[in-house]
Amino acid sequence: MANSALARGDNLKFATGNDAVVQVRDIFKNYGDVEALRGINLEFERGKLTTLLGPSGCGKTTLLKIIAGLVPATSGEIRVNGRAVTGPGPERAFVFQDFALMPWATVLRNVGFGLELKGMPAAERDRTARRYIEQVGLAGFEQKYPHELSGGMRQRVGIARAFAVNADVLLLDEPFSAVDEQNRRKFQEDLLRLVELEKKTFIFVTHSIEEAVYVSDRIVLLSPRPGRVSQIIDPMIDRSASPDDIRRDAGYLDVVEEIWQGLRQYAE
Amino acid sequence: MQMSVSPAKLDNGIGASKEAPPTVLEAIRTFADERRSFWIVVSLLVLFVAWEIAGRIPISFAFPTFLETVSAFGELVADGSMHNAYFLTLQPLVLGVVISAAVGIGLGVAMGLSDKAEWLLAPVFIVLQAAPMAALVPLVTFVYGIGLTAKTLAVIMLALPVIVLNSYKAVRHVNPSLVDMCRSFQGSRMQQIFKIIIPDASPVLFAGLRLGIAAGFIGVMLAELLITPTGIGDLITYHRSVANYAHMYAAVASIIAVSTLTLAGLQYVEAHLLRPEKRRK
Ligand SMILES: Nc1ncnc2c1ncn2[C@@H]1O[C@H](COP(=O)(O)OP(=O)(O)OP(=O)(O)O)[C@@H](O)[C@H]1O
Ligand SMILES: [Mg+2]
Repeated sequence: MANSALARGDNLKFATGNDAVVQVRDIFKNYGDVEALRGINLEFERGKLTTLLGPSGCGKTTLLKIIAGLVPATSGEIRVNGRAVTGPGPERAFVFQDFALMPWATVLRNVGFGLELKGMPAAERDRTARRYIEQVGLAGFEQKYPHELSGGMRQRVGIARAFAVNADVLLLDEPFSAVDEQNRRKFQEDLLRLVELEKKTFIFVTHSIEEAVYVSDRIVLLSPRPGRVSQIIDPMIDRSASPDDIRRDAGYLDVVEEIWQGLRQYAE
Repeated sequence: MQMSVSPAKLDNGIGASKEAPPTVLEAIRTFADERRSFWIVVSLLVLFVAWEIAGRIPISFAFPTFLETVSAFGELVADGSMHNAYFLTLQPLVLGVVISAAVGIGLGVAMGLSDKAEWLLAPVFIVLQAAPMAALVPLVTFVYGIGLTAKTLAVIMLALPVIVLNSYKAVRHVNPSLVDMCRSFQGSRMQQIFKIIIPDASPVLFAGLRLGIAAGFIGVMLAELLITPTGIGDLITYHRSVANYAHMYAAVASIIAVSTLTLAGLQYVEAHLLRPEKRRK
Protein backbone atom coordinates (compact mmCIF):
# COMPACT_ATOMS: atom_id res chain seq x y z
CA MET A 1 0.00 0.00 0.00
CA ALA A 2 2.87 2.30 -0.73
CA ASN A 3 0.64 3.93 -3.31
CA SER A 4 -1.05 6.07 -0.72
CA ALA A 5 0.67 9.22 -1.79
CA LEU A 6 -0.10 12.61 -0.41
CA ALA A 7 -1.66 15.25 -2.52
CA ARG A 8 -1.69 18.65 -1.04
CA GLY A 9 -3.77 21.65 -1.91
CA ASP A 10 -1.03 24.13 -1.23
CA ASN A 11 -2.95 26.77 -3.05
CA LEU A 12 -5.90 27.20 -0.74
CA LYS A 13 -8.22 28.46 -3.45
CA PHE A 14 -8.04 25.25 -5.39
CA ALA A 15 -9.39 24.89 -8.86
CA THR A 16 -13.08 25.26 -9.43
CA GLY A 17 -14.83 23.56 -12.29
CA ASN A 18 -14.80 20.14 -10.68
CA ASP A 19 -18.15 18.91 -9.43
CA ALA A 20 -18.58 20.96 -6.27
CA VAL A 21 -21.86 20.42 -4.45
CA VAL A 22 -21.17 22.95 -1.75
CA GLN A 23 -19.19 26.11 -2.29
CA VAL A 24 -18.16 28.29 0.60
CA ARG A 25 -17.25 31.81 -0.50
CA ASP A 26 -15.52 34.35 1.71
CA ILE A 27 -17.37 33.38 4.84
CA PHE A 28 -16.82 35.60 7.87
CA LYS A 29 -18.58 35.07 11.17
CA ASN A 30 -18.53 37.21 14.28
CA TYR A 31 -20.42 36.46 17.46
CA GLY A 32 -20.53 39.96 18.91
CA ASP A 33 -16.90 40.76 19.59
CA VAL A 34 -15.71 37.22 19.00
CA GLU A 35 -14.39 36.64 15.50
CA ALA A 36 -15.13 32.96 14.89
CA LEU A 37 -14.38 32.58 11.16
CA ARG A 38 -12.33 34.72 8.82
CA GLY A 39 -12.40 34.47 5.05
CA ILE A 40 -13.24 30.81 4.53
CA ASN A 41 -13.19 29.62 0.91
CA LEU A 42 -13.83 25.94 0.30
CA GLU A 43 -15.43 23.59 -2.16
CA PHE A 44 -16.86 20.22 -1.29
CA GLU A 45 -16.86 17.65 -4.06
CA ARG A 46 -19.82 15.49 -4.82
CA GLY A 47 -19.64 11.98 -3.43
CA LYS A 48 -16.61 12.70 -1.27
CA LEU A 49 -16.15 12.80 2.45
CA THR A 50 -14.44 15.98 3.58
CA THR A 51 -13.41 16.47 7.18
CA LEU A 52 -13.07 19.73 9.06
CA LEU A 53 -10.31 19.33 11.61
CA GLY A 54 -8.92 21.86 14.01
CA PRO A 55 -8.37 22.82 17.62
CA SER A 56 -11.33 23.26 19.92
CA GLY A 57 -13.12 26.56 19.47
CA CYS A 58 -11.74 27.19 15.97
CA GLY A 59 -15.20 27.39 14.46
CA LYS A 60 -15.83 23.92 13.03
CA THR A 61 -19.36 23.69 14.36
CA THR A 62 -19.99 27.29 13.33
CA LEU A 63 -18.88 26.61 9.76
CA LEU A 64 -20.95 23.44 9.57
CA LYS A 65 -24.03 25.25 10.88
CA ILE A 66 -23.52 28.08 8.41
CA ILE A 67 -23.40 25.53 5.59
CA ALA A 68 -26.54 23.93 7.05
CA GLY A 69 -28.26 27.31 7.08
CA LEU A 70 -28.83 27.12 10.83
CA VAL A 71 -26.57 30.05 11.65
CA PRO A 72 -26.32 33.14 9.43
CA ALA A 73 -22.85 34.19 8.29
CA THR A 74 -21.77 37.76 8.97
CA SER A 75 -20.70 38.01 5.35
CA GLY A 76 -20.00 35.68 2.46
CA GLU A 77 -22.02 33.17 0.54
CA ILE A 78 -22.86 29.48 0.58
CA ARG A 79 -23.84 27.83 -2.70
CA VAL A 80 -25.39 24.40 -2.83
CA ASN A 81 -25.69 22.83 -6.26
CA GLY A 82 -24.82 26.23 -7.68
CA ARG A 83 -27.57 28.13 -5.89
CA ALA A 84 -26.97 30.57 -3.06
CA VAL A 85 -28.73 29.48 0.12
CA THR A 86 -29.74 31.42 3.20
CA GLY A 87 -31.51 28.79 5.30
CA PRO A 88 -31.87 25.04 5.71
CA GLY A 89 -32.87 23.11 2.60
CA PRO A 90 -33.94 19.63 1.58
CA GLU A 91 -30.59 18.92 -0.10
CA ARG A 92 -28.77 19.12 3.26
CA ALA A 93 -29.26 17.06 6.42
CA PHE A 94 -27.54 17.58 9.75
CA VAL A 95 -26.33 15.06 12.32
CA PHE A 96 -26.02 16.71 15.71
CA GLN A 97 -23.18 16.26 18.15
CA ASP A 98 -25.68 15.85 21.01
CA PHE A 99 -27.96 13.64 18.85
CA ALA A 100 -30.98 15.99 19.13
CA LEU A 101 -33.43 13.13 19.49
CA MET A 102 -36.92 13.77 20.79
CA PRO A 103 -37.04 11.93 24.15
CA TRP A 104 -40.81 11.50 23.91
CA ALA A 105 -40.69 9.76 20.54
CA THR A 106 -39.75 6.20 19.64
CA VAL A 107 -36.79 5.36 17.45
CA LEU A 108 -39.21 4.86 14.57
CA ARG A 109 -40.75 8.30 14.93
CA ASN A 110 -37.40 9.98 15.47
CA VAL A 111 -35.95 8.45 12.33
CA GLY A 112 -39.06 9.37 10.33
CA PHE A 113 -39.28 12.88 11.77
CA GLY A 114 -37.74 14.65 8.78
CA LEU A 115 -40.31 12.93 6.57
CA GLU A 116 -43.11 13.68 9.02
CA LEU A 117 -42.29 17.39 8.80
CA LYS A 118 -42.51 17.17 5.03
CA GLY A 119 -45.99 15.69 5.35
CA MET A 120 -45.24 12.21 4.04
CA PRO A 121 -48.10 9.77 4.80
CA ALA A 122 -47.46 7.63 7.87
CA ALA A 123 -47.29 4.26 6.13
CA GLU A 124 -44.71 5.36 3.61
CA ARG A 125 -42.76 7.27 6.24
CA ASP A 126 -42.57 4.23 8.52
CA ARG A 127 -41.45 2.02 5.67
CA THR A 128 -38.61 4.38 4.80
CA ALA A 129 -37.68 4.83 8.45
CA ARG A 130 -37.56 1.07 9.01
CA ARG A 131 -35.25 0.65 6.05
CA TYR A 132 -32.74 3.14 7.44
CA ILE A 133 -33.07 1.81 10.97
CA GLU A 134 -32.02 -1.53 9.59
CA GLN A 135 -29.20 0.01 7.60
CA VAL A 136 -27.62 1.54 10.70
CA GLY A 137 -27.99 -1.76 12.54
CA LEU A 138 -30.86 -0.90 14.87
CA ALA A 139 -33.46 -3.35 13.59
CA GLY A 140 -35.59 -4.51 16.51
CA PHE A 141 -35.26 -1.20 18.37
CA GLU A 142 -37.99 0.63 16.45
CA GLN A 143 -40.30 0.96 19.45
CA LYS A 144 -37.63 1.91 21.99
CA TYR A 145 -37.26 5.41 23.38
CA PRO A 146 -33.92 7.25 23.22
CA HIS A 147 -33.23 6.88 26.95
CA GLU A 148 -33.33 3.12 26.49
CA LEU A 149 -30.42 3.24 24.03
CA SER A 150 -26.67 3.64 24.52
CA GLY A 151 -24.92 6.79 23.30
CA GLY A 152 -23.67 4.99 20.23
CA MET A 153 -27.12 3.70 19.36
CA ARG A 154 -28.62 7.14 19.79
CA GLN A 155 -26.19 8.57 17.32
CA ARG A 156 -27.16 5.85 14.86
CA VAL A 157 -30.72 7.07 15.19
CA GLY A 158 -29.51 10.59 14.37
CA ILE A 159 -27.64 9.28 11.35
CA ALA A 160 -30.59 7.22 10.15
CA ARG A 161 -32.85 10.28 10.45
CA ALA A 162 -30.47 12.30 8.31
CA PHE A 163 -30.25 9.53 5.71
CA ALA A 164 -34.02 9.04 5.61
CA VAL A 165 -34.69 12.45 4.03
CA ASN A 166 -32.42 11.52 1.14
CA ALA A 167 -30.40 14.73 1.09
CA ASP A 168 -27.40 15.12 -1.23
CA VAL A 169 -25.19 16.49 1.50
CA LEU A 170 -24.81 15.13 5.01
CA LEU A 171 -23.33 17.39 7.64
CA LEU A 172 -22.01 15.51 10.66
CA ASP A 173 -20.82 17.35 13.75
CA GLU A 174 -18.52 15.09 15.76
CA PRO A 175 -20.99 12.24 15.49
CA PHE A 176 -18.79 9.76 17.31
CA SER A 177 -17.51 11.89 20.15
CA ALA A 178 -19.86 10.24 22.65
CA VAL A 179 -18.77 6.71 21.79
CA ASP A 180 -15.97 4.65 23.27
CA GLU A 181 -12.91 3.71 21.25
CA GLN A 182 -13.97 0.19 20.18
CA ASN A 183 -17.37 1.33 19.05
CA ARG A 184 -15.85 4.34 17.41
CA ARG A 185 -13.81 2.15 15.10
CA LYS A 186 -16.83 0.09 14.26
CA PHE A 187 -18.75 3.29 13.52
CA GLN A 188 -16.01 4.58 11.28
CA GLU A 189 -16.18 1.39 9.26
CA ASP A 190 -19.98 1.59 9.17
CA LEU A 191 -19.73 5.17 8.03
CA LEU A 192 -17.38 4.23 5.20
CA ARG A 193 -19.81 1.51 4.19
CA LEU A 194 -22.66 4.03 4.14
CA VAL A 195 -20.57 6.50 2.13
CA GLU A 196 -19.97 3.73 -0.39
CA LEU A 197 -23.61 2.66 -0.41
CA GLU A 198 -25.35 6.02 -0.46
CA LYS A 199 -23.13 7.96 -2.83
CA LYS A 200 -23.66 11.17 -0.95
CA THR A 201 -21.45 14.06 -0.05
CA PHE A 202 -20.30 14.09 3.55
CA ILE A 203 -18.95 16.99 5.52
CA PHE A 204 -17.65 15.68 8.78
CA VAL A 205 -16.30 17.41 11.85
CA THR A 206 -14.00 15.60 14.21
CA HIS A 207 -11.36 16.20 16.84
CA SER A 208 -9.54 12.99 16.10
CA ILE A 209 -6.71 13.06 13.60
CA GLU A 210 -6.75 9.28 13.18
CA GLU A 211 -10.44 9.30 12.54
CA ALA A 212 -10.09 12.09 10.00
CA VAL A 213 -7.33 10.33 8.09
CA TYR A 214 -9.12 7.01 8.22
CA VAL A 215 -12.46 8.14 6.84
CA SER A 216 -11.73 11.21 4.72
CA ASP A 217 -11.14 11.83 1.07
CA ARG A 218 -10.04 15.32 1.99
CA ILE A 219 -9.12 16.98 5.26
CA VAL A 220 -9.44 20.71 5.82
CA LEU A 221 -7.28 21.93 8.68
CA LEU A 222 -8.56 25.05 10.37
CA SER A 223 -6.40 27.41 12.39
CA PRO A 224 -7.37 28.52 15.89
CA ARG A 225 -9.74 31.41 16.33
CA PRO A 226 -10.43 33.22 14.14
CA GLY A 227 -10.86 30.07 12.07
CA ARG A 228 -9.10 30.14 8.70
CA VAL A 229 -8.22 27.35 6.31
CA SER A 230 -4.64 26.53 7.09
CA GLN A 231 -4.05 23.40 5.05
CA ILE A 232 -5.88 20.96 2.81
CA ILE A 233 -4.77 17.36 2.71
CA ASP A 234 -6.00 14.50 0.55
CA PRO A 235 -4.99 11.35 2.42
CA MET A 236 -5.49 8.97 -0.57
CA ILE A 237 -5.89 5.93 1.62
CA ASP A 238 -6.46 2.67 -0.22
CA ARG A 239 -9.64 1.50 1.47
CA SER A 240 -9.74 -1.89 -0.18
CA ALA A 241 -7.34 -3.13 2.50
CA SER A 242 -8.65 -4.40 5.83
CA PRO A 243 -9.18 -1.79 8.53
CA ASP A 244 -6.32 -3.10 10.61
CA ASP A 245 -3.94 -3.05 7.67
CA ILE A 246 -4.92 0.50 6.88
CA ARG A 247 -4.15 1.58 10.43
CA ARG A 248 -0.68 0.05 10.14
CA ASP A 249 0.00 1.39 6.68
CA ALA A 250 2.98 3.72 6.38
CA GLY A 251 1.09 6.15 4.16
CA TYR A 252 -1.70 6.39 6.72
CA LEU A 253 0.74 6.96 9.53
CA ASP A 254 2.60 9.60 7.51
CA VAL A 255 -0.55 11.60 7.00
CA VAL A 256 -1.43 11.35 10.68
CA GLU A 257 2.06 12.55 11.54
CA GLU A 258 1.91 15.39 9.05
CA ILE A 259 -1.38 16.66 10.41
CA TRP A 260 -0.09 16.34 13.91
CA GLN A 261 2.92 18.49 13.01
CA GLY A 262 0.57 20.99 11.40
CA LEU A 263 -1.60 21.22 14.50
CA ARG A 264 1.25 21.16 16.96
CA GLN A 265 2.28 24.70 16.19
CA TYR A 266 -1.08 25.75 17.64
CA ALA A 267 -0.84 23.60 20.70
CA GLU A 268 2.36 25.28 21.79
CA MET B 1 -45.12 6.67 66.31
CA GLN B 2 -43.35 4.14 64.16
CA MET B 3 -42.83 1.97 67.21
CA SER B 4 -46.50 1.36 67.46
CA VAL B 5 -46.59 0.14 63.88
CA SER B 6 -43.59 -2.07 63.72
CA PRO B 7 -44.35 -4.50 66.58
CA ALA B 8 -47.73 -5.29 65.07
CA LYS B 9 -46.16 -5.86 61.70
CA LEU B 10 -43.39 -7.96 63.16
CA ASP B 11 -45.91 -10.15 64.92
CA ASN B 12 -47.77 -10.66 61.73
CA GLY B 13 -44.64 -11.48 59.85
CA ILE B 14 -43.44 -14.01 62.41
CA GLY B 15 -46.84 -15.55 62.80
CA ALA B 16 -47.20 -15.95 59.09
CA SER B 17 -43.75 -17.33 58.59
CA LYS B 18 -44.43 -20.14 61.05
CA GLU B 19 -47.36 -21.45 59.09
CA ALA B 20 -46.13 -21.01 55.54
CA PRO B 21 -42.43 -20.38 55.93
CA PRO B 22 -41.12 -18.38 52.95
CA THR B 23 -44.17 -17.46 50.92
CA VAL B 24 -46.05 -14.76 52.83
CA LEU B 25 -42.99 -12.93 54.05
CA GLU B 26 -41.48 -13.12 50.62
CA ALA B 27 -44.67 -11.98 49.03
CA ILE B 28 -44.70 -8.93 51.27
CA ARG B 29 -41.08 -8.32 50.54
CA THR B 30 -41.41 -8.51 46.77
CA PHE B 31 -44.49 -6.36 47.01
CA ALA B 32 -42.57 -3.83 49.05
CA ASP B 33 -39.70 -3.92 46.56
CA GLU B 34 -41.72 -3.51 43.45
CA ARG B 35 -44.81 -1.53 44.26
CA ARG B 36 -44.77 2.13 45.05
CA SER B 37 -48.30 1.80 46.38
CA PHE B 38 -47.01 -0.30 49.30
CA TRP B 39 -44.89 2.60 50.50
CA ILE B 40 -47.71 5.08 50.00
CA VAL B 41 -49.94 2.91 52.18
CA VAL B 42 -47.22 2.57 54.82
CA SER B 43 -46.63 6.30 54.84
CA LEU B 44 -50.33 7.06 55.21
CA LEU B 45 -50.62 4.45 57.94
CA VAL B 46 -47.80 6.06 59.89
CA LEU B 47 -49.46 9.43 59.51
CA PHE B 48 -52.86 8.20 60.67
CA VAL B 49 -51.47 6.29 63.62
CA ALA B 50 -49.48 9.34 64.68
CA TRP B 51 -52.63 11.42 64.36
CA GLU B 52 -54.62 8.95 66.42
CA ILE B 53 -51.99 8.94 69.17
CA ALA B 54 -51.69 12.72 69.16
CA GLY B 55 -55.48 12.96 69.44
CA ARG B 56 -55.54 10.58 72.35
CA ILE B 57 -52.83 12.24 74.40
CA PRO B 58 -54.46 14.79 73.56
CA ILE B 59 -52.15 17.53 72.32
CA SER B 60 -55.02 20.00 72.45
CA PHE B 61 -58.65 19.83 73.51
CA ALA B 62 -59.52 21.03 70.01
CA PHE B 63 -57.61 18.20 68.30
CA PRO B 64 -59.76 15.14 67.56
CA THR B 65 -58.40 11.65 67.04
CA PHE B 66 -58.17 10.15 63.60
CA LEU B 67 -61.06 7.78 64.21
CA GLU B 68 -63.34 10.54 65.51
CA THR B 69 -62.54 12.52 62.40
CA VAL B 70 -63.36 9.57 60.16
CA SER B 71 -66.72 9.04 61.81
CA ALA B 72 -67.46 12.78 61.63
CA PHE B 73 -66.66 12.58 57.94
CA GLY B 74 -69.13 9.71 57.65
CA GLU B 75 -71.81 11.86 59.30
CA LEU B 76 -71.16 14.80 57.04
CA VAL B 77 -71.44 12.58 53.98
CA ALA B 78 -74.57 10.92 55.30
CA ASP B 79 -76.45 14.15 56.03
CA GLY B 80 -75.48 15.57 52.64
CA SER B 81 -73.64 18.62 53.95
CA MET B 82 -70.35 17.41 52.44
CA HIS B 83 -71.92 17.14 48.99
CA ASN B 84 -73.49 20.56 49.22
CA ALA B 85 -70.25 22.11 50.37
CA TYR B 86 -68.23 20.54 47.54
CA PHE B 87 -70.87 21.52 45.04
CA LEU B 88 -70.33 25.14 46.04
CA THR B 89 -66.56 24.98 46.41
CA LEU B 90 -65.75 23.08 43.23
CA GLN B 91 -67.62 25.46 40.92
CA PRO B 92 -65.32 28.48 41.35
CA LEU B 93 -62.34 26.17 41.73
CA VAL B 94 -62.85 24.28 38.49
CA LEU B 95 -63.88 27.41 36.62
CA GLY B 96 -60.93 29.39 37.94
CA VAL B 97 -58.41 26.63 37.33
CA VAL B 98 -59.63 25.98 33.79
CA ILE B 99 -59.49 29.68 32.94
CA SER B 100 -56.08 30.06 34.57
CA ALA B 101 -54.71 26.99 32.78
CA ALA B 102 -55.95 28.07 29.36
CA VAL B 103 -55.02 31.73 29.68
CA GLY B 104 -51.87 31.05 31.69
CA ILE B 105 -50.37 28.47 29.36
CA GLY B 106 -51.35 30.59 26.36
CA LEU B 107 -49.75 33.75 27.71
CA GLY B 108 -46.73 31.94 29.14
CA VAL B 109 -46.01 30.14 25.88
CA ALA B 110 -46.46 33.39 23.94
CA MET B 111 -43.99 35.08 26.29
CA GLY B 112 -41.55 32.24 25.79
CA LEU B 113 -41.82 32.45 22.02
CA SER B 114 -41.75 36.21 21.56
CA ASP B 115 -39.51 38.78 23.20
CA LYS B 116 -42.14 41.46 22.70
CA ALA B 117 -44.76 39.47 24.58
CA GLU B 118 -42.21 38.83 27.30
CA TRP B 119 -41.33 42.49 27.71
CA LEU B 120 -45.00 43.38 27.79
CA LEU B 121 -46.24 40.76 30.22
CA ALA B 122 -43.40 39.48 32.37
CA PRO B 123 -43.25 42.50 34.72
CA VAL B 124 -46.99 42.29 35.40
CA PHE B 125 -46.89 38.64 36.39
CA ILE B 126 -43.68 38.91 38.35
CA VAL B 127 -45.31 41.63 40.45
CA LEU B 128 -48.51 39.60 40.77
CA GLN B 129 -46.59 36.54 41.88
CA ALA B 130 -44.63 38.48 44.44
CA ALA B 131 -47.71 40.26 45.81
CA PRO B 132 -49.30 38.76 48.93
CA MET B 133 -52.54 37.77 47.25
CA ALA B 134 -54.34 37.04 50.47
CA ALA B 135 -54.33 40.76 51.10
CA LEU B 136 -55.97 41.40 47.75
CA VAL B 137 -58.71 38.80 48.04
CA PRO B 138 -60.93 41.04 50.23
CA LEU B 139 -60.68 43.76 47.56
CA VAL B 140 -62.27 41.39 45.08
CA THR B 141 -65.29 41.06 47.34
CA PHE B 142 -65.44 44.79 47.54
CA VAL B 143 -65.78 45.00 43.77
CA TYR B 144 -67.64 41.82 42.85
CA GLY B 145 -69.63 41.02 45.97
CA ILE B 146 -69.63 37.58 47.46
CA GLY B 147 -70.87 35.43 44.58
CA LEU B 148 -69.31 32.95 42.23
CA THR B 149 -67.48 35.70 40.33
CA ALA B 150 -65.57 36.85 43.38
CA LYS B 151 -64.56 33.31 44.34
CA THR B 152 -63.53 32.46 40.79
CA LEU B 153 -61.46 35.62 40.62
CA ALA B 154 -59.75 34.71 43.88
CA VAL B 155 -58.77 31.35 42.37
CA ILE B 156 -57.50 33.00 39.19
CA MET B 157 -55.52 35.61 41.11
CA LEU B 158 -53.57 32.91 42.88
CA ALA B 159 -53.28 30.36 40.10
CA LEU B 160 -52.65 32.47 37.02
CA PRO B 161 -49.27 34.08 37.81
CA VAL B 162 -47.68 30.75 38.75
CA ILE B 163 -48.95 29.09 35.59
CA VAL B 164 -47.89 31.96 33.34
CA LEU B 165 -44.38 32.22 34.76
CA ASN B 166 -43.78 28.48 34.71
CA SER B 167 -45.04 28.15 31.14
CA TYR B 168 -42.78 30.98 30.11
CA LYS B 169 -39.82 29.36 31.81
CA ALA B 170 -40.70 26.00 30.26
CA VAL B 171 -40.58 27.39 26.74
CA ARG B 172 -37.37 29.31 27.36
CA HIS B 173 -35.65 26.14 28.55
CA VAL B 174 -36.52 24.02 25.56
CA ASN B 175 -33.48 22.18 24.22
CA PRO B 176 -32.16 24.53 21.50
CA SER B 177 -30.62 21.71 19.58
CA LEU B 178 -34.05 20.10 19.13
CA VAL B 179 -35.27 23.39 17.69
CA ASP B 180 -32.24 23.49 15.36
CA MET B 181 -33.00 19.91 14.39
CA CYS B 182 -36.55 20.85 13.44
CA ARG B 183 -35.30 23.83 11.45
CA SER B 184 -32.68 21.73 9.70
CA PHE B 185 -35.46 19.52 8.35
CA GLN B 186 -37.34 22.64 7.21
CA GLY B 187 -40.04 22.39 9.84
CA SER B 188 -42.42 25.35 9.78
CA ARG B 189 -42.78 27.61 12.79
CA MET B 190 -46.08 25.90 13.66
CA GLN B 191 -44.47 22.46 13.45
CA GLN B 192 -41.64 23.75 15.59
CA ILE B 193 -44.06 24.96 18.24
CA PHE B 194 -46.40 21.96 18.31
CA LYS B 195 -44.05 19.10 17.55
CA ILE B 196 -40.95 20.26 19.45
CA ILE B 197 -41.39 23.19 21.80
CA ILE B 198 -44.61 22.20 23.56
CA PRO B 199 -43.77 18.51 24.02
CA ASP B 200 -40.27 19.37 25.24
CA ALA B 201 -41.67 22.03 27.57
CA SER B 202 -44.49 19.82 28.84
CA PRO B 203 -42.80 18.56 32.03
CA VAL B 204 -42.26 22.12 33.24
CA LEU B 205 -45.64 23.22 31.86
CA PHE B 206 -47.25 20.52 33.95
CA ALA B 207 -45.18 21.38 36.99
CA GLY B 208 -46.53 24.92 36.65
CA LEU B 209 -50.03 23.60 36.25
CA ARG B 210 -49.67 21.54 39.43
CA LEU B 211 -48.42 24.56 41.36
CA GLY B 212 -51.21 26.63 39.84
CA ILE B 213 -53.87 24.16 40.90
CA ALA B 214 -52.44 24.00 44.40
CA ALA B 215 -52.54 27.81 44.48
CA GLY B 216 -56.11 27.67 43.18
CA PHE B 217 -57.10 25.54 46.18
CA ILE B 218 -55.52 28.13 48.43
CA GLY B 219 -57.44 30.82 46.56
CA VAL B 220 -60.82 29.19 46.96
CA MET B 221 -60.21 28.46 50.65
CA LEU B 222 -59.12 32.04 51.27
CA ALA B 223 -62.22 33.29 49.51
CA GLU B 224 -64.49 31.02 51.51
CA LEU B 225 -62.81 31.73 54.83
CA LEU B 226 -62.25 35.46 54.34
CA ILE B 227 -65.13 36.71 52.26
CA THR B 228 -67.99 34.41 51.42
CA PRO B 229 -68.72 31.79 54.04
CA THR B 230 -69.92 29.08 51.68
CA GLY B 231 -68.85 25.59 50.66
CA ILE B 232 -66.05 23.82 52.48
CA GLY B 233 -64.86 27.09 54.00
CA ASP B 234 -68.26 27.55 55.60
CA LEU B 235 -68.29 23.94 56.82
CA ILE B 236 -64.95 24.56 58.53
CA THR B 237 -65.98 27.91 60.02
CA TYR B 238 -69.35 26.68 61.17
CA HIS B 239 -68.09 23.55 62.96
CA ARG B 240 -65.33 25.53 64.56
CA SER B 241 -67.83 28.04 65.92
CA VAL B 242 -69.91 25.28 67.49
CA ALA B 243 -66.80 23.44 68.73
CA ASN B 244 -67.44 20.37 66.58
CA TYR B 245 -63.75 19.88 66.10
CA ALA B 246 -63.96 16.40 64.60
CA HIS B 247 -66.28 17.72 61.89
CA MET B 248 -64.06 20.70 61.28
CA TYR B 249 -61.05 18.45 60.84
CA ALA B 250 -63.02 16.14 58.57
CA ALA B 251 -63.72 19.07 56.27
CA VAL B 252 -60.11 20.25 56.37
CA ALA B 253 -58.73 16.76 55.75
CA SER B 254 -61.17 16.16 52.93
CA ILE B 255 -60.10 19.27 51.01
CA ILE B 256 -56.46 18.28 51.46
CA ALA B 257 -57.28 14.83 50.13
CA VAL B 258 -59.15 16.25 47.14
CA SER B 259 -56.27 18.58 46.34
CA THR B 260 -53.72 15.77 46.61
CA LEU B 261 -55.75 13.40 44.46
CA THR B 262 -56.25 16.10 41.82
CA LEU B 263 -52.53 16.72 41.59
CA ALA B 264 -51.75 13.00 41.46
CA GLY B 265 -54.35 12.59 38.73
CA LEU B 266 -52.71 15.35 36.73
CA GLN B 267 -49.35 13.66 37.04
CA TYR B 268 -50.88 10.45 35.76
CA VAL B 269 -52.45 12.21 32.79
CA GLU B 270 -49.14 13.84 31.95
CA ALA B 271 -47.17 10.63 32.00
CA HIS B 272 -49.75 8.71 30.04
CA LEU B 273 -50.81 11.19 27.41
CA LEU B 274 -47.93 13.50 26.73
CA ARG B 275 -44.69 11.84 27.64
CA PRO B 276 -45.12 8.13 26.97
CA GLU B 277 -41.42 7.46 27.59
CA LYS B 278 -41.93 8.28 31.29
CA ARG B 279 -44.15 5.26 31.73
CA ARG B 280 -41.30 2.89 30.97
CA LYS B 281 -39.06 4.16 33.70
N1 LIG C 1 -23.84 31.10 19.92
C1 LIG C 1 -22.62 31.63 20.16
N2 LIG C 1 -22.48 32.83 20.75
C2 LIG C 1 -21.27 33.39 20.98
N3 LIG C 1 -20.11 32.79 20.68
C3 LIG C 1 -20.16 31.58 20.10
C4 LIG C 1 -21.42 30.92 19.81
N4 LIG C 1 -21.16 29.74 19.24
C5 LIG C 1 -19.82 29.65 19.17
N5 LIG C 1 -19.21 30.74 19.68
C6 LIG C 1 -17.77 31.00 19.74
O1 LIG C 1 -17.24 30.83 18.44
C7 LIG C 1 -16.05 30.08 18.47
C8 LIG C 1 -16.18 28.86 17.59
O2 LIG C 1 -17.11 27.97 18.15
P1 LIG C 1 -17.44 26.55 17.55
O3 LIG C 1 -18.46 25.92 18.40
O4 LIG C 1 -17.78 26.72 16.12
O5 LIG C 1 -16.05 25.82 17.70
P2 LIG C 1 -15.68 24.31 17.40
O6 LIG C 1 -14.53 24.33 16.49
O7 LIG C 1 -16.88 23.55 16.96
O8 LIG C 1 -15.20 23.83 18.83
P3 LIG C 1 -15.28 22.38 19.46
O9 LIG C 1 -14.24 21.58 18.79
O10 LIG C 1 -14.94 22.61 20.90
O11 LIG C 1 -16.67 21.85 19.25
C9 LIG C 1 -15.79 29.74 19.91
O12 LIG C 1 -14.82 30.62 20.40
C10 LIG C 1 -17.09 29.98 20.62
O13 LIG C 1 -16.86 30.48 21.89
MG1 LIG D 1 -18.03 21.92 17.83
